[in-house]
Amino acid sequence: MWTLIVLVVLALVLWGFYISWRASRLDRLHNRAEAARTALDLAMVRRSSAAYELASSGLLDPATSLLLADAVRRAKDSGPAERDLAESDLTRALRAAFGQPGFRGEVEANDGAAELVGEVDAAAQQVFIARKFYNDVAARTMDARRRPLVRVFRLAGNAPQPEFFEMDDALPDGEGAGEHIP
Amino acid sequence: MRIGIACPYSWAVPGGVQSHIRDLAEALIGLGHEVSVITPADDDQPLPDYVVPAGKAVPVPYNGSVARVLFGPLSASRVRRWIKDGDFDVLHVHEPTVPSLSLLACWVASGPIVATVHTAMPRSRVLLAAQPMLRSALEKIDGRIAVSEAARTTLVEHLGGDAVLIPNGVATRRYRHAEPLAGWPGPGGAIGFLGRMEEPRKGLAILLKAFEILAAERPGLRLLVAGPGDADAQRHKLPEWLRERAVFLGEVSEEEKVRVLHSVDVFCSPNTGGESFGIVTAEAMAAGVPIVASDIDAFRQVLRDGRAGELFATGDPADLARAARRLFDDPARRAELTVAALAAVAAYDWDVVAREVLNVYETVVLGRATVGVAQ
Repeated sequence: MWTLIVLVVLALVLWGFYISWRASRLDRLHNRAEAARTALDLAMVRRSSAAYELASSGLLDPATSLLLADAVRRAKDSGPAERDLAESDLTRALRAAFGQPGFRGEVEANDGAAELVGEVDAAAQQVFIARKFYNDVAARTMDARRRPLVRVFRLAGNAPQPEFFEMDDALPDGEGAGEHIP
Repeated sequence: MRIGIACPYSWAVPGGVQSHIRDLAEALIGLGHEVSVITPADDDQPLPDYVVPAGKAVPVPYNGSVARVLFGPLSASRVRRWIKDGDFDVLHVHEPTVPSLSLLACWVASGPIVATVHTAMPRSRVLLAAQPMLRSALEKIDGRIAVSEAARTTLVEHLGGDAVLIPNGVATRRYRHAEPLAGWPGPGGAIGFLGRMEEPRKGLAILLKAFEILAAERPGLRLLVAGPGDADAQRHKLPEWLRERAVFLGEVSEEEKVRVLHSVDVFCSPNTGGESFGIVTAEAMAAGVPIVASDIDAFRQVLRDGRAGELFATGDPADLARAARRLFDDPARRAELTVAALAAVAAYDWDVVAREVLNVYETVVLGRATVGVAQ
């Protein structure tokens, strides 16, 4: 009889440990999702700044400058609800500009231009990577929140549910890539 | 004069700026000048011989929508070559604040430059933010033209300085003759309307009420309506017995529009406001169709206070019916109005407008070298 009680208590204690381990795992996921989202925001800001610097460098023709400056301004001014659309438009503007025949050859012939263009390329790539990572951890967090144990014991607490960030972030990869806007 | 004109939007797409440029170019050529227009265009598109295609327009997000424009190093070098080869006395750019060929032309050119602003835009933050990068291109402009008071305000705010107001012209010759639509106007007479059906200020609702009054007394009278909008919804505003006597065409091409004007005995402009000039009314005048119009300022002016068209109290269907009745009953009065309208609309013809534009050209070229490529 005593053996049974000891075993039940032991099982309850172990189960308690398990639940608290699950809770802290979920907490870690939320933290990582938040960190990944911050990284994505920073990457988008970096991309906007790089694009604006290129637009105002005087190395581009004024039409391309104006297009990029307009897209950057809209991305910076957009509220949370239209952020994805505005950032997608910046992607498309960059792709259209970089995709113009002769763009890289002509621009990079100037002093210092290769660095500015390189910075935009790097920042755009970072947005692409950061969004992939963020959506990945967001998916795992959402998945974890759906588990019965998590729902029954409300292990997520008040942590906000992460949401996917959907946008067009295909890279401006040079010649001929700028012709399509969906 | 040798005149180079830069168009920012694709020649393949119908639009106000493109037709303005086409009509202006043709009027200038008609006055004996040499004109070359550089524009984005589709490869397989037939072009008038004064048009130089600079490549296919690229769709790109701009100012909150998708613009079809041309930019980038290749376009810039095409514009540069066009300027070099053209040896123009004056360069005329349209909508220079759109990121396209006009802005590129300002950038690469030196010499006398005239710019026309068509669109009225709210003070745009982008343009202000981008000012330093645009300044070197835009400050080369010697003479500015605005097509409306609103466009002029936009221009003053964006570019600083003032502008000459030269409104759009009417291509009167294009409206003078056309084949009526089959079966129109018909023995019972017909009254016509052109414009966006749902826009309340266009006043279609007032005409529909007046048509009810008129149709009750005239068994054969029919109504012809053309313009963008939901035709069925409009038809159902008429009582059932009247519906088969009204035809709603929806949006029509430029060519059909002229045929619609020639398909009716009386044309009606029932606008309640919002018109600064009344281009459709002027086009109807050019077609020689007698007009009944509301007595808003714009129509009062273009119809010479009622001497070139019958005016009625704005917004009053009964008065509209009275004015139309007078025209239907009096063929002599209709003929008289047609003659007066054709004479009055001549003042708005592109030939007249083109002469005003030429005046601007002549002012900016005084004592200047021809247009060249900036170093």
